[in-house]
Amino acid sequence: MKETFDPRKNYEKTRKLVGYQERAATLPRTYARLGFKCGLEVHQQLLTEKKLFCHCPAGRYHPHDDRDAEIVRHMRPTLSELGEYDGTALMEFKTRKNIIYRIKNETTCTYEIDDTPPFKINLQALDIAMEIALLLKTNIVGELHITRKQYLDGSIPTGFQRTGIVGIEGEIPLKNKKVRIIQLSIEEDSCREVSDIGHWRIYSTDRLGMPLIETVTYPDMKTPDEAAEAAQYIRFLCRSTGKVRTGIGAAREDVNVSISGGTRVEIKGVAHIIWIPELVHNEAFRQKALLEIAKNLNRRIADPKGWDIAFKELEFGYLESPYAPLKSAEENQHRFYAVNLPDFKGILSFFTQPGKIFAHDLSDRLKVIAGLERPNMLQSEDLDQTLAEEEWRFIRKILKAGENDAQILLWGPAEDMATALDTVRERCRLAMTGVPNETRKSFPDGTTIFERVLPGPDRMYPDTDSAPIPVEDEAIAAVRLRLPEEVRHRLQKMAEWSIPESAHRYILKRNLFPLLERIQADFDQDPRFVARILAQDMKHLEGKSSAPFSFSGDRIHQLFAFVHLQKLDREIVRAMLPVIYEHPNMEFSSVLITIQFSRFTPEAIYSHIPSLKEKFREINTSKKPDAIVHWIMGHLRKLALGNLSLSELREKIEKEAIS
Amino acid sequence: MIDMFKGYKGRALETLKRFNIRVWSEALVKTSRGEFKGIVLPRAENDDDRHIVLKLNTGYNIGIAVETIEEMKEFGYKEAHYKIPEKQFPFSKEKRNVKLLGTGGTIASRLDYRTGAVIPAFSPGELYGAVPELADICNLTTEKLFAVFSENMGPENYKILAQAIGEEIRKGIDGIVIGHGTDTMHHTAAALSFMVQNSPVPIVMVGSQRSSDRPSSDAALNLMHATKTAAEADIAEVMVCMFGPTSDEYGLLHRGTRVRKMHSSYRSTFRTIGDIPLATVDRKKITPLQTDYNHRRKDRNVSILPYFEEKVSIVYYYPNMQPDIIDALVDNGYKGIIIAGTGLGHVNKPIYPAIERAFKKGVAIYMTVQTLWGYVHMFVYDTGRDLMAKGVIPAANMLPEVAYIKLGWALGQTNDLEKVKELMLTPICNDITEREPYNGYIILQGGLPEVDDFIRKFHK
Repeated sequence: MKETFDPRKNYEKTRKLVGYQERAATLPRTYARLGFKCGLEVHQQLLTEKKLFCHCPAGRYHPHDDRDAEIVRHMRPTLSELGEYDGTALMEFKTRKNIIYRIKNETTCTYEIDDTPPFKINLQALDIAMEIALLLKTNIVGELHITRKQYLDGSIPTGFQRTGIVGIEGEIPLKNKKVRIIQLSIEEDSCREVSDIGHWRIYSTDRLGMPLIETVTYPDMKTPDEAAEAAQYIRFLCRSTGKVRTGIGAAREDVNVSISGGTRVEIKGVAHIIWIPELVHNEAFRQKALLEIAKNLNRRIADPKGWDIAFKELEFGYLESPYAPLKSAEENQHRFYAVNLPDFKGILSFFTQPGKIFAHDLSDRLKVIAGLERPNMLQSEDLDQTLAEEEWRFIRKILKAGENDAQILLWGPAEDMATALDTVRERCRLAMTGVPNETRKSFPDGTTIFERVLPGPDRMYPDTDSAPIPVEDEAIAAVRLRLPEEVRHRLQKMAEWSIPESAHRYILKRNLFPLLERIQADFDQDPRFVARILAQDMKHLEGKSSAPFSFSGDRIHQLFAFVHLQKLDREIVRAMLPVIYEHPNMEFSSVLITIQFSRFTPEAIYSHIPSLKEKFREINTSKKPDAIVHWIMGHLRKLALGNLSLSELREKIEKEAIS
Repeated sequence: MIDMFKGYKGRALETLKRFNIRVWSEALVKTSRGEFKGIVLPRAENDDDRHIVLKLNTGYNIGIAVETIEEMKEFGYKEAHYKIPEKQFPFSKEKRNVKLLGTGGTIASRLDYRTGAVIPAFSPGELYGAVPELADICNLTTEKLFAVFSENMGPENYKILAQAIGEEIRKGIDGIVIGHGTDTMHHTAAALSFMVQNSPVPIVMVGSQRSSDRPSSDAALNLMHATKTAAEADIAEVMVCMFGPTSDEYGLLHRGTRVRKMHSSYRSTFRTIGDIPLATVDRKKITPLQTDYNHRRKDRNVSILPYFEEKVSIVYYYPNMQPDIIDALVDNGYKGIIIAGTGLGHVNKPIYPAIERAFKKGVAIYMTVQTLWGYVHMFVYDTGRDLMAKGVIPAANMLPEVAYIKLGWALGQTNDLEKVKELMLTPICNDITEREPYNGYIILQGGLPEVDDFIRKFHK
């Protein structure tokens, strides 16, 4: 008796075949065996007043539907001298998107909409870029040449991004190795996407043109954790200058992953560093899965080059299923096709990522390339079995399908069907060769979807609208003089000061190290104590309140100065902090009143000990020997705060009480 | 002798020679700032002599300061060859025949990513490769007449163009497209309006505001609109075809004598002044906005009148202009002067004697308005009446540049100032219009709530 094919079992079986494991359970040697390699491209917005190639203000954002005008454009690819189109260009051209740009007069001028040539480069931005290039230990160029890097998705109205290399061949130190840097470049940021539906893509232009730097590493990272560590180090390095933007979207990582036999796949626009390890881990196994699929297909298919789909157009009424998307497709007078994939049985439900199968890749491409909004297909190995098995038998009969074939149903506007069928054909053909070169988009759950074909290195050429900019030795020397201390030295110092590692990340993320050092040096304060104030108390207050702290580190320095001058015990800082957080401009003496502080001499405080000792003996509730110390401490703590260190008080109480 | 060091001079050239490094070689360069590796590229002519350009393997170009170079080693060499594969432009009997005449500028191009060079695409096969949609519009043949930046164009170019157009019309072409730089497109359009009269077919000038190598360029769409117009339009006149709005929506067909470039860089820079455009054109259709134009004919008759007197000048009046400016023109043998006067066509009193002198010496003097829109009305104020008495002839609402071209053309045919006057003041193709409709002058002011509101609702 023939066993019916169970897609879920196939998913499990293929997942085991691929060897997928949870990341927590995966050892470095597994990644080594896979031949895992990972590189980073970190984009960081610079903190400048104006944009990079025009004089519009930088850092102002508008709600998506707030606009002064809309402009429609289209992107056309330019042929290379070989008479070929770049693969991405061709793909974008095939999608025939109408691109709409929304502009606000406040943040967009005629440069942004490609109606005016670029102004001279923002020197404030170039200066910051040089500082970071030196911190990354790169070789600085003698002359900055602005280059055009083509993008046809419409995210930049000119169709290219202006970018230039500031330094090459640097390195950053991780805990256990060095990661080499390929280059540091300065470039303009792109538009923010508002929506992408069918053949219409809408962008807003407020972010367009803001200065960015891009740090590109060699693929030296050999485990997901190393990738996250490198991203963190670069982030701390940038923030140590105090001249980069912070907040959501100010920094974005693109992660490149490959395994042996696989290809370089770029996961674009990862918004949070903590997402990186899971994404990168899943990508390694996704590539492994695709390699297994290729092996599988090549065993079955005698002539891969001759392989092709077979398809038939159907009437919507052919199926009995009440599946809603088909009903609305019918109402919209869309077309409906059944497609047979010869020898693809078991491939559609083949594991590719946790919760994802090969069929998802087809659906993703139908959305991106053919513009078919999801849900855009049904397939014969559906994990959810949306269509009944009889329906699939019926479809197989119509297609005259073989036992080892798989089937897809797809639907959409008539003018998109040719591209849709082509997309399916192309992706299935690619499945026989292994891992396609792609750019993928990341999700918080650690999975990715197809975004576009990976562009080749050949889509760059000089920007003849801009003159080359000389970078003189004197300029570099001036920047070198004001470089902040290296991040790894700061990490070292914090370790020497016994500041807990849990505090390091917060301190470097907020670039609080200079403040810590200043307070420690100016007031001879214990760095551990200062670190606790900054990385624990401040962080806690920030978490509790609805707003981040709105005052500069200088206020905290002033607080320590006040305490130092008044010769108060440092613990009072912790008590004053919450009040200052709420009322940053309150006079410190008023803060003391608010927390009900009073001056007492140590003697005055100690004078209470005998009577408290008596009292305790009266009401003594505990047999524990140091209970009396706790109890007396409890009563005298408030008096002692600011007047006497608690450890001293404790010592005195212990001496007196236990005598 | 082949220039091995393409564009390098001075200290940079010395450095290359010292280490024996050729342009296009792959070099390792050791400098005080570290090592750099890449292909040595040619140097742009006007860039300094202190830097050498390298193309890195990531595709980026960088410059290296010559004074920081300690050593250079060549380890490879790849000569650049700009081979453009020939593709055949598909011909079909059903389509009309259009000729594209090239005068310079790149209406379409290809990129050599290896070197970063932009290579013009001009032959029909190359154009077909860059803009395949053209094959659906017409049968296209091309001819490069000359290659000049439009600011360098002059009467000789106008004459060559006019004669070439005459040739093509007699041979039976269905429409003509002229690729031209945008800076002086309106000057050439005016010249052709006078030199090529009674054409039976459309003559369409076209260019691009944004270089054709960029994906966002207006070049392809302009070319499609222009060829469509040349092939299918009923309008047998000299026209300029460029973007209507800055969005990719439609192009405008402007009469050659009433069009002007009105912004230094906007795609939608060309506008019809003092009238409305002839038509809009998009990928699907041509929509006339007027009914009064010369219609397409089947005959092959056309008048070619390629004349031009070079000694004509435009003088843009400004407050406190001194009479010696006019005197200098006269003493240098100028035969015609177009004055762009203020207001209704005025200049200051001190210049009057110079004008009288010029008139007595037989110089033809015509008045136009700096404001571009509106008529010269010299009866209204004393100044105007005085100037007319001294021999200045009002040129109605002819644009200053058009008046310059027309006067050059008229004086190129005759020295008889009465005949010149007749030529000047008789409109040939709307160079002077009888009336200016209300919608011939609409300049919306940004910042006003109702205007901003209007713009917000429509693609601009």
